[in-house]
Formats: sequence, structure tokens, C-alpha cells
Amino acid sequence: MTQLWDFTGGIHPAENKQQSTARPIRTAGLPERLVLPLQQHIGDPAEPLVQVGERVLKGQKIADVSVGMGVPVHAPTSGVIESIAELPVPHPSGMNDCCITLRPDGEDEWRERRPLSDYRSLDRETVLGIIHEAGISGMGGAGFPTDIKLRPPKDRKVDTLILNGAECEPYITADDMTMREKAAEVVAGLKVMAWILRPERCVIGIEDNKSEAIEAMQKACEGTQIEIAVIPTKYPSGGEKQLIRILTGLEVPSAGIPADIGVMCQNIGTAVAVSRAIFEDSPLISRIVTITGDAVREPGTFEALIGTPIDYLLEQAGLEPQRVNRLVLGGPMMGYTLTTTAVPVTKTTNCVIAATEAELPSPPPEQPCIRCGQCAEVCPMELLPQQLFWYSKSGEFEKAEHLNLFDCIECGACSYVCPSSIPLVQYYRYAKGEIRVQRAEQIKADRARERFEARQARLEREQQEKEQRRKERAKAAAEAQAKKQAEAEKAAETGEAVDERAAKAALVQQALERKKAKAAKATATGQETAVSEDKPDLETLEKQLSQAKAKLDTMQGMLDDAKAQQADNVDKLERAVAKNHDRVERAEQALADAHKAQASTTESQTSD
Amino acid sequence: MAFVQQSSPHAHNARPTSRVMLWVIIATLPGLMAQTLFFGWGNLINVVWCIAVALASEAAFLKLRRKPVAFFLKDNTAAVTGLLLGLSLPQFAPWWVSAIAVITAIVIAKQLYGGLGSNPFNPAMVGYALVLISFPVAMTTNWAEAAMLFQGAPGFGETLARILSASQTTVDGWTMATPLGEYKHKIASHTATEVLAHPTFGDGIARGWEWVNAAFLAGGLLLVFLRIITWHIPAGFLGALMVMSLAFGANADQYAPLSLHLLAGGTMLGAFFIATDPVSAATSHQGKLIYGAGIGILIYIIRSWGNYPDAVAFSVLLMNFAVPFIDYYTPPRAYGHHKARRGLPGKNQG
Repeated sequence: MTQLWDFTGGIHPAENKQQSTARPIRTAGLPERLVLPLQQHIGDPAEPLVQVGERVLKGQKIADVSVGMGVPVHAPTSGVIESIAELPVPHPSGMNDCCITLRPDGEDEWRERRPLSDYRSLDRETVLGIIHEAGISGMGGAGFPTDIKLRPPKDRKVDTLILNGAECEPYITADDMTMREKAAEVVAGLKVMAWILRPERCVIGIEDNKSEAIEAMQKACEGTQIEIAVIPTKYPSGGEKQLIRILTGLEVPSAGIPADIGVMCQNIGTAVAVSRAIFEDSPLISRIVTITGDAVREPGTFEALIGTPIDYLLEQAGLEPQRVNRLVLGGPMMGYTLTTTAVPVTKTTNCVIAATEAELPSPPPEQPCIRCGQCAEVCPMELLPQQLFWYSKSGEFEKAEHLNLFDCIECGACSYVCPSSIPLVQYYRYAKGEIRVQRAEQIKADRARERFEARQARLEREQQEKEQRRKERAKAAAEAQAKKQAEAEKAAETGEAVDERAAKAALVQQALERKKAKAAKATATGQETAVSEDKPDLETLEKQLSQAKAKLDTMQGMLDDAKAQQADNVDKLERAVAKNHDRVERAEQALADAHKAQASTTESQTSD
Repeated sequence: MAFVQQSSPHAHNARPTSRVMLWVIIATLPGLMAQTLFFGWGNLINVVWCIAVALASEAAFLKLRRKPVAFFLKDNTAAVTGLLLGLSLPQFAPWWVSAIAVITAIVIAKQLYGGLGSNPFNPAMVGYALVLISFPVAMTTNWAEAAMLFQGAPGFGETLARILSASQTTVDGWTMATPLGEYKHKIASHTATEVLAHPTFGDGIARGWEWVNAAFLAGGLLLVFLRIITWHIPAGFLGALMVMSLAFGANADQYAPLSLHLLAGGTMLGAFFIATDPVSAATSHQGKLIYGAGIGILIYIIRSWGNYPDAVAFSVLLMNFAVPFIDYYTPPRAYGHHKARRGLPGKNQG
């Protein structure tokens, strides 16, 4: 006997399963048209590989995913591609999406098939490739591509492989009937998956209200190590997280995946599809669908080709159109209402309920929440639905997230029991949607901010580099200046006329002396020679004097700077300036003397 | 074909609020019957009167607030508020005292806060506390003496006339101090044996009161059984009262004994019918235990060391204040989480 655990909360809605289990699975047959949506599961849509007017064979790949996550789509029978266009698809929003329409030719002619008898001789990657090429995605919930799911993260080992036969939602009997009638295929598919994953434990969880299915599965599993766990009927025991808790006592971490705790869940229908892919080389081109509700005369299960329009199935089940009030795709707890019967069966379609008004009546008007807490009593995720409702309604999404809004699996148990008839799940969906939009906007805003900041940083960097270059230039200039200054200091200290200024001043002095001598001589010997000789001397003197003055000015400037900066060489510079000053004065004196001398000569000449 | 468009779930099996409230009303009937049997017609007349005033004031204010009157009156919540006040008020409380209590409860404590589901305080207890403070004489001297119906208790007409008279004063021979009040006021100067000799205690624990409390306990257990309330608030309430009594009141010559705490006064009515008002109570299981225990502790404190012999109304109202705080710090651990996320979001993120 398998040890079982219980999950918190849960409800016991009327099962309504016996209506559709009374008859064996019927083959729906060939409808006039098959409509194959290019996106039938979570992930990326496939791209058509065929042209309008092209004849395709049964099982031929007609669309595939080139980039992203997804699986190919196959022709469910032989026929001609009639159109590739936007058509209504099963979706809560009632939207249209791109579909390939196939007109069957009635031949049902297969492409060439190569069934495997011994998959064990292949390596696991090859088998996973076959599963991918067969277009298999999860046939219970969101339709996650099975080959990807069968490749758990490298650092995770799947110890427990669970086959989910709980089928806890009312009305739905697809898995129940599959287990009753196709137990061998279920076990074969499970064995392939177990071979790929090599788990220590392999268990099929079935609710105790499916005694025939349990019996059939027990028989099919005889002699294998597969456990059959009969679990108490309680909605939502078939929720992945709840079933894992029931069968292992473990909890999938919030925002994590079952592989994080070494568990993987697979669907009954998926196991059958894997079996057919391996042993018959038949891709996923049909599935079991429950057609039920009080508005059909002969409710039951159908093996329908993917793409079969739902109205074709409803007709086969004896639809009484005037009695339909609500058409639900999926179960009454988590399914969504359809606006039209023109949508096709996809890989995830498990049930269609054509309900009368009396069967699924519209709920009474919403009343104020009286905080009774019934919702929290039944929540299988142990959340506080009431608080989530308040925060969702008032737009306090941060608080709703804090109370784990995103752990909500939208099972509907809270709404089911709410005495005030509040559509709680709808509030949670709204809040989740709003938060997702806000997050997307936040990411956009963050990116814009990052770009702006990057630009600012770049501009600043450029500015700094400019400044750096300017500083370097200034530094070089200052060094050159300092060198000159040092020389000036040296000169000032020794008092020697080693620099040009001193030399020039000396030259001026010498020239003056010479001139004096010459003047004296000229006075004595003759004026003409004196004049002719004096003229260049005067010019030179003037030039030299102006140069000396310029130097003095420079020196004075340096001194002023040094004073302003309070450099320690101020006194030395002062001395140097004073000396230069003296020299300039002397040079001026000499020049003035020379002028006088010349003037006297000229006077004497003119007076002559 | 146009199909109904609705969000899941499509199946519902709710027990509507009106039926929940109807069950609450039904569950009080044993208590009301015991009250009538042991204390005469007073409570029954009060209940009818209070329900009438409650429905009238609720209707008037719904109309003022332009809300659909019939839609809200049908939820039976106003009737329950009136009922609870009728069960709590003294048997001979003048009609206008009852009316003020009910109008305060419905108009101020409920409608002015936004109506059903929006009131932070228990409406019935707001009304009760108001008249207890405002009309202390009428609220303490109008308790009927325990006397079997048709065997000494005042008749229906006499009781009605008494209630309808405008006077606050009482008629001797009809009324008597409540067991809790008697014990509280006499124990300071008498021994327990002397105090318990007073006829209000009778031969058992508290004459008449013990049966009334037992009947409310039975009705309360029915609510727990029907899952209309959970066991947490009554358990916290009664558990804390017991612990307090055992810890502090072991000496019967000083404090009222545990049996009196549990079976006299409004203990069982409070534990199962008043403290469990979902709108003003804590929500998680842990929160409900804390909330209930808080009420039990406060009741003991006020009864033993405060000025009032009974204290259900004040204790419930005081704990109503604490409910948002309790709720923030007692969320359950959700599936897939190591621990509960307490407090407010973003507290640790600066």
C-alpha cells in the first residue's frame, strides 16, 4: 500500500462523470474539414511547411517550430491543404489565430512509417528526438512540450515519476476512459518515459472514484515496478502540486518546478502519445475528448483527430442546440466558456460541456465579502483568498504579491464556496495581469533609464578626459615655467650675469664705455668720424635697453605670481628683480649719456 | 447561438450569506428558549423588538445611501445584529434603551462604516457598550430574577408593560443582581460561602444562567459542526478565560470561581455568537486563536479588576482594534514556502 499524504483545503463538487463513462470510447471519424492551429500549446507557434493546394499524407509534418520552444504539427489524415488563414481557436478571449485547414480525401493514406520495437537499443537523445518529432506536448494542462519536460535541468535528478490519473475535475472523463480502454498503451508510454528518466519510483495516482480505471491499470501493471496509488477523491487532487504532495509528502517550492524536489508529473494521454510515437511511429494526431453536459443526448468520450471542429463532435453526441446555455471547454472549475462551436479540438482539449441553464446556473449577484474565511479553508495552496481579493480589488498589488498571489493555481475552490458569490478567481487573474503589465512597463522604464544613465556617464567621461588633457598641458607649462624660474633663482643667488639679460646689460655697459671713449676721442680728433661711428651704437643701445626692460617686466611678472602663490622663492626673485632693475637703470643712464654726447656733437657740428 | 460568457469556476455550491445568517439565528434558539424558560418573557420581547428596529434602521439607511434595500435586507445580517442585542440586553431594559443600542449598532457601527463587510467593530457590541456606559442604571438593575416561566415569573403582559414604561427604575421582586455582579460586589467584604448564599446563585452554579450558557454552548457547537464558524475563536476565548481563572482566581474568597466565569453572564453567547462575527474578527486560524484568547484574557481582567461585572462587549471591541495587526502577523505558511510572509511588503527592502 502506497503511503499517502493529504493536502490542505479542497472541495467535493458534484462529480458528474457517470454521464460520459456509460459508453465506450467512440471514434469520431472524419469531419469535412480539419482545422489545425499552429499554436496549440505554451511556447512558440509552428510555421507552415506546406502550400495551399498541396496534398499531404497522414502523419506528414505540415508545420514546425524553427526558433523557440514548440513541437511540430502533423496532418491527422491524408488530404489537401485548403487554406492557411486566421480562424477561431479555442482560447478564453475567443480570438482568431493562424490555422492550416485540411480537407480530408477519405483515403487516410499514411506516410511511410518505421515503428521501433526495441527503443532501448537507441540512445536517450534519439528517443527524445522521436518524441519531439511526433509533436507531443502535455495533454492535460498548458501543453508544455514533452521532450523538453523530459529533459530536467542537468543538476536535477528525477527520483519519482508520477503519472497523473487523478482527473479530479468534475465532468471530465478522458483520462478515466483512456485508462480503462488503453491501459497497455499507457503503461508502455510510461515505461519509455521511465527509461529516459531512470527514476527510483514510478507511480500512477488515480482518484478512488474511478474503480474500473484502477482495476484496468492494476492489471496492466502486473509484474512491473509501477505503483498504483488510489487517492481520495477531492478537488483539486489532480493539480500537479497537490498530487505531488499526496504521493510524496513533498511540496514544490514556490516559483520552482517539480524537478527541484526530484519529481516529474506526466499526463495519461501524453503516455499514450509517447507509446504511439515509439511503437507505431504515429505522431500526435488524435486524442480522447469528453463531450458531455445536459444539452447532449448521448454524452461520452470520443477519439477525435486533432483539428476536428467541436460542433462535429457535439453533433455526434446528440446536441440539442436550443438547450445549450453555456459551452465550456475544459471542466466546470477551470475551463473557459466558448463563444462558438466552430473551434477545433487541439492537443490540450480534454472536455467540452454543453450545459443547460439549470445545470450550470449563473451565480447570484456579488455581495460584500463578510470575511467568513470559507475561501481560506478550501484553498489548496494555503493562501488567504480573502486578503488577495481585497488587495486585488483595491489595486494594492504589492500587498497581493506579498501574500503570494502568484502561487494561486486558479483552481476556483474559493469562488466555489464563497457565500457572497464573489468571482474571486477573476479578481486574481485581473491582479496578475495588471502586475505583469506593470512589470513589463517597469522593465521598459528601467531600460530607458539605463540608456539615459549610460549616455550621461559617457558625456561625463568625455568631459573628464578633456579636463585631464587640459590639466596635463597646464602641468607641462608649469614645469617649463618652474625650470626657468629655477634658473632665475640660481642667477639671483650667485649674482653673476650668467643669463642673457645680465650679459646684455654688460654689453650695453661696455658699449657705453666704448662710446664715451670714442666721443671723447671724437671731440678731440674730429666730429665726422664720431658721428658716423656713434650712430649704430645708439641704435644698438636702444634695442638692448628695450630688451632688458622686457626681461625685467617678465621677471616682475614672475615675482608677482610667486607672491600671489606665496612661494618660498619670493625673496630670491625680489633680489633678482632689484638687480635687473639696477641694470636697466644703468642701461638707461648709459643711453641718456650717449644721447647727450651725440647731441653735443651735433650741436657743435651745426654751430660750426 | 449565443452562449453565456463567464469566468471560471462555472460550478458553485455556496451557502449564501443569507443562509449562513439563518443558521446563526437557528443556533441561538436553544439559548433564547432557555432565557425565556428561566427568566420570563423579557428576552423574547427584546429580541422581537430589536430585530424590528434593526431591520427598520437598516432599510432606512440603505435607502439614504441609495443601495438596493431588499437585496441587503435579505442577507439577514441586520436581523442577526438585532437578535444578538435582544439576547444580551437585560430582560427589563426599557424599550428606548434597546432601540438606541440597535440604532447605534446598525447606523453608526455598520452603515456609516460602509455597510455589510466594512465595519471594523462588532456592531451589536458597539450598541451594547454605548447603552452600558450611557444608561448604567437601566443596564444594571433590569436583570430579571431567575424564575421558571408560568411558575412565578412575571407574565407576558406585565413584562411588556414594564419594558414599555419610560422609567429607568426597577420594580423590586422582579429583578435581581446578576451572579457575576453580586459576586464582584460582595466578595471584598464576605467569604465565598456567604456570597454564594445569595438566591441569585441558586443551588447550582448560577441559577438559570448555567442553563442559558449551556444552551448557547450547544447552539455554538452546532455552528462549528456546520462549519459556519471554526473552533478557533471559541477555543481561544474559553481557553484563555480558563487559564486566567486558574492562574489568578484560585482563591474563591477573592475572585469569582472558574465555573462562574464560564457559566454565568454572557460567556457562551460571547464565545460562539459574538466574538465569531467574521467581519470584525481575525481571519487565519492562528489569528483567530490569538483574537479569541485576547478576548478571554480581557474579560477576565475586566471582570476581576475592572468596574464591570461582565465584559464581553468591551473585550470584543478592544480586540476588534487589534484585528488588522493580528491579521498582518498571522498569515498561514503557503504551499511551497518555508515560512509565512508576515507583516507588510517591502519592509526589508528599505
